[in-house]
Amino acid sequence: MIGVRIAEKHPLDEIIRADRMPHIWCPGCGIGIVMRCYAQAILDSGIPADRHVVISGIGCSGRVAGYMNIDSYHTTHGRAIPFAVGMKLAKPELMTTVFSGDGDLAAIGGNHLIHAARRNVDINVICVNNFNYGMTGGQVGPTTPRGARGTTAPYGNPELPFNLPYLLVAAGANFVARWTTIHVRQIREDILYAFTRPGFTFIEVLAPCPVGFGKSNNIEDGLEEMELYRQRCVLVRDGDVSGDDLNIDLREDKPIYIGRFADRDRPAYEAIRVEAS
Amino acid sequence: MDERRILTGMHFMNGDEACAEGALAAGCSFFGGYPITPSTEIAEHLARRMPEIGAVFIQMEDELASMAAILGASAAGSRSMTATSGPGLSLMMENLGLAVMLEIPCVVVDVQRGSPSTGLPTMPGQSDVMQARWGSHGDYEIVAYSPWSVQEMFDLTILAFNVADRYRTPVILLGDEVVGHMIERLVIPPADQVEIWDRKKPKKSNNGHYDPFKPIKPDLVPAMMHAGEGYRVHFTGLTHDEHGYPDMSAETHHELVNRLVNKIRHNADQLVRTESYWLEDAEIVVVAYGCTARSAQRAVREARQEGIPAGLLRLISIWPFPENQFIEMGLHVEKLIVAEMNLGQISREIQRVIGRPVHGVHHAGGEMIPPGPILEAIREAAR
Repeated sequence: MIGVRIAEKHPLDEIIRADRMPHIWCPGCGIGIVMRCYAQAILDSGIPADRHVVISGIGCSGRVAGYMNIDSYHTTHGRAIPFAVGMKLAKPELMTTVFSGDGDLAAIGGNHLIHAARRNVDINVICVNNFNYGMTGGQVGPTTPRGARGTTAPYGNPELPFNLPYLLVAAGANFVARWTTIHVRQIREDILYAFTRPGFTFIEVLAPCPVGFGKSNNIEDGLEEMELYRQRCVLVRDGDVSGDDLNIDLREDKPIYIGRFADRDRPAYEAIRVEAS
Repeated sequence: MDERRILTGMHFMNGDEACAEGALAAGCSFFGGYPITPSTEIAEHLARRMPEIGAVFIQMEDELASMAAILGASAAGSRSMTATSGPGLSLMMENLGLAVMLEIPCVVVDVQRGSPSTGLPTMPGQSDVMQARWGSHGDYEIVAYSPWSVQEMFDLTILAFNVADRYRTPVILLGDEVVGHMIERLVIPPADQVEIWDRKKPKKSNNGHYDPFKPIKPDLVPAMMHAGEGYRVHFTGLTHDEHGYPDMSAETHHELVNRLVNKIRHNADQLVRTESYWLEDAEIVVVAYGCTARSAQRAVREARQEGIPAGLLRLISIWPFPENQFIEMGLHVEKLIVAEMNLGQISREIQRVIGRPVHGVHHAGGEMIPPGPILEAIREAAR
């Protein structure tokens, strides 16, 4: 018999609240993969964990704040970004990261998302995009492709979705990237890179939601969606695609463009300081 | 720095500016707001003053964001404030509830105008009194103070910060367009005479375990731990246990909501503020607050000159409501008159407390209630 050794410690024990496990996520969900990449990036950042802070909104991805063993704030629906803006400006030495979902950030929080990118406030946003509202049971949202089904669009979604990287580049973010949950190294590396970049950074990660989005759209297995990513993802270098190319519809056999879409040096927001006259 | 932060001396300025100076004197180091009449001068004044003293001023994209931003700043350790009027206060109710639940101190200034909806932007109202009390969903208690002068826009702003920090609660300053825009004398005291109450700090425990929501007796207020201090706290708007972890049980929920409510109710004696004029022998008592109390004071003085035994009770704290004072007064004062620039929000509250009708002098807002109708009500009561 091969000897079995039980590990005493996991390398991420310091960063993840083991006493909060098991988590709430469904089998096949992609959020845990992204959280693991974020936790690894914190460990690898060289910045003490006590200086990292995570802020989430509401929804499945919003639960990440509760599982990270750093200062963590689980706020109201859509308002994670302005909460983070206040925190970062009040204490600039904090490495401030918003971790939330597409519905929270782009629908109810959409105004805050574009304005924080416009101001170029020095915070990082990690957006798990699973094309629907998962926690409430699979309703369509601002990233659901036209025609896809959801519990609030039983005849198909009549609306066109946001293309998040295109939106964030236009709004002014300094760094914009898109990956999928098969790109664990790239996600970790780009989160690490985002920590070093002044100004607003935005990383979208496409993630399976087999129980919410998948069940209504014939992608009922998390691995099946991961396989779609593997087959269709095309890495973009030097931003050589048009904004429209970044549209996604998993149901169509079209390339999913991934990579970095902006990496620039617009001045980051700084609070004004003047000498008293 | 103190020299620029606290402009000790005699000034002549409007109430909004006095409020802004009060915030700076109290050590406010973060303001997040959105322009709205008649509160805009607060933001404008702070936009000029805060960069001089190393404080942060940011104009947010809306009131939802303003309220979220001041909570983030306060959770990082700053004294933080926003200022608005009725339409903005409606939008802030979402994160006011978060402030209650997370017990994050902050000050929300509401310079009231004629409402509902867009109403009368440049004219006064006092009709946000019940919104201040009940505007966010759920059971909670709130603290709200109502200034009647430029000096009080300064003084009560400082008190608001102190109460917010001491009790880990949002505090609302319920001004109105009249006190916001009137220009009066303001005396700013020397820095060493500005009283500051600190947030409770956690005591170092032996095992390194900290509970950001564990009430400390006798006042039920937990110690405040800020981001970046090494406690690795979790704050969630979900029902949570003393450690801050979500706990979806009816028992924990009942315990938490009761503590949040009792934290204010049990400390009401420390929070209530009133002022009385000619009350000792009064048989007719006028109750008023904010700018309306100025008219009421004159009406009562004139009634006294006519030989009518009238008095004035001015509410400085609207919430918590000075219930004990009304219960006491209700026993031996037969005739109560309430003057307010709304259709009976505090009248109804007094009736609830004393258990019998009061006479109301009400106007929906748009202009100050002059002394005349109040004096007329006093004369009527004296007949």
